[in-house]
Amino acid sequence: MQKVMMGNHALSWGAKLSRAEVIAAYPITPQTEVVELLSNMCADGSLKAEFIKVESEHSAMAASMGAAAAGARTFTATSSQGLALMHEVLHWATGARLPIVMGNINRAMAPPWSIWTEQTDSIAQRDTGWIQIYTSSIQEIMDSVIQAYKVAEQIYIPTMLVLDSFVLSHTNENCDIPDQDKVDAYLPRFENAYRLNTDKPAAFGGLTGPDWYYELRYKIERDIQKAIPLFTETGKEFGEMFGREYGLVETYKLDDADVVLVASASIASTARPVIDAMRKEGHKVGLVRIRVFRPFPSELLRKLLAGRKKVLVIDRNISFGMSGAFYAETKAALYNEKKAPPMWGYIAGLGGRDVPLNVIRDMIEQTIAEEHPEGDIVWIGVKR
Amino acid sequence: MKYTIPEQEIMCSGHKACQGCGATLAMRYALKALGPKTILTIPACCWSVIDGPFPYSSVGVPLFHTAFETAASVASGIRAGLTMRGDTETNVVAWAGDGGTFDIGIQALSGTVERNDNVIYICYDNEAYMNTGVQRSSATPWGAVTTTTPPRHFKKERKKDMMGILAAHSIPYTASASIAYPEDLIKKVNRAKETPGAKFLHIFASCPPGWKTAPELSVQLARLAVQTHVFPLYEIYEGRYYKLSMDPKKKPIIDYIKPQGRFRHLTEEQVAEMDKQVDERYDRLKEQAERSKPWFEKQKKN
Repeated sequence: MQKVMMGNHALSWGAKLSRAEVIAAYPITPQTEVVELLSNMCADGSLKAEFIKVESEHSAMAASMGAAAAGARTFTATSSQGLALMHEVLHWATGARLPIVMGNINRAMAPPWSIWTEQTDSIAQRDTGWIQIYTSSIQEIMDSVIQAYKVAEQIYIPTMLVLDSFVLSHTNENCDIPDQDKVDAYLPRFENAYRLNTDKPAAFGGLTGPDWYYELRYKIERDIQKAIPLFTETGKEFGEMFGREYGLVETYKLDDADVVLVASASIASTARPVIDAMRKEGHKVGLVRIRVFRPFPSELLRKLLAGRKKVLVIDRNISFGMSGAFYAETKAALYNEKKAPPMWGYIAGLGGRDVPLNVIRDMIEQTIAEEHPEGDIVWIGVKR
Repeated sequence: MKYTIPEQEIMCSGHKACQGCGATLAMRYALKALGPKTILTIPACCWSVIDGPFPYSSVGVPLFHTAFETAASVASGIRAGLTMRGDTETNVVAWAGDGGTFDIGIQALSGTVERNDNVIYICYDNEAYMNTGVQRSSATPWGAVTTTTPPRHFKKERKKDMMGILAAHSIPYTASASIAYPEDLIKKVNRAKETPGAKFLHIFASCPPGWKTAPELSVQLARLAVQTHVFPLYEIYEGRYYKLSMDPKKKPIIDYIKPQGRFRHLTEEQVAEMDKQVDERYDRLKEQAERSKPWFEKQKKN
């Protein structure tokens, strides 16, 4: 079925198609339409789920944990301040190994108040052990919810699906809603092998000394790394069943590229016509869109980027005192490569500042013009 | 002879509680009534230690340890998850201390009770942050010494009326109970099990290290708290109808205060002030119970 819908509704549809059984969520701009549509779906019976209308995001994540621990497929969504409020419980969900799927609409952190897009909210949660997927189209949002459950439930790691505030959340695009039967075949009912079960009483998360805590952390890292092959496998399978394939990254005109732009989310979509235009002028420019940020696809990036003449990374986020996160991590992934290219890091689009074609072009042109990166990061077009 | 307390023991020995721990007795009695079809969630509190370190557990039922302020929300989630998986029988119980209930967890608790989610929330109240080494909470009584309210600046604020706050949510059933009155406690747990919607039990649980008392006095002190009207046992139905579980002839408050190191610094005048507060509150409770009598009589007739 084809339907024109906004990014937020694509999230709700993704949860519905995945047959989410419990939803616990709290409204926040620009996420509200996600929970509004899910409320309506629960009310009209088209989605058979318990919707817990919690009193805060902290409780949204806590209730999600309870539901997932009881064995139910669980969905929630938030943004920015709400995600920050969840922080403590995000760690808990990972440690408790609960494959919750959550949508996060990237919105800038206050103060000053801003409701516009920026990735610093989700980037600030990168060390919580959640898988992070950065989407770039409305269709991808819907499809990614389904894929996220498929990956998360195999390795018992929670997964965050990220989309740009307004640019994706409130933009309408035509979507292909897959048939429920086919989704059910791709994503069967979840049986949590470690659920709270009165026939097999056990305590989860009790006091653990230094003799075992270390091993439990190792297992989280071991299992989140399994998501690297899993995203490729489940993405291929998705492509075979639904005609749209998804992987860890998406490349565009990369094969012969000397200069490679690394970007994520909607900026990566905007970059394509810039690359087309610059290629016409004879510049061998290509694009890598990082889709899965946690686990970070280091090995794949080494393969794609080592030996290139120049690489530039655009970050719509800032880790103050350092640089953008995608830049820092891409650099780190290539540090031990003999043919590591020089890398430029650009900060752009914070607080929803538009990143139009000409700004992306400016960054690529500056990279081409400069012999070597000067300083650590460039604030493109900042009013000083 | 027929026992008035269920013989079944769900909890086992070997737990990590201090000698004379009231919170441990509270759990033992509560589980006797709850039975094995129970799932517990416990936030940061003494009981996150008492249960035992990984891989041990002493409660004998599934237990989800959780973050300090999340017991009620996690319980709501567990209930929703069970419902979706077709289980409507299992008791879902949030088990928290006074810090996790009166202070840091009150928002989540308010949310769960306002939604009237079908869970039992049990607060074992030892009247301070005992797990971190005796710091004042809003459940600490007026006059008590803790490590953050030293003798020269003993606690000058009254204990928060948690039952009143829950009553204001129109909670279907809430009751206070004590480890010194196990039959009454078990009756109330059973009532909570039978009542649909949100339930709250406030269990008074003595703490020898925190109160600076002898471990063998724990039950006796809990009994004295009831007999001196310091911790009255009562129920509130539908957030409006009050019923005293017992109305003992008041013993002198000094009987309760004297054996406790946490009250040792109090002067005679200060004890009198404490006594006055206790009377004020008890009188109010009796008035509320008196006003509620016709409702209970009507219930009996129906």
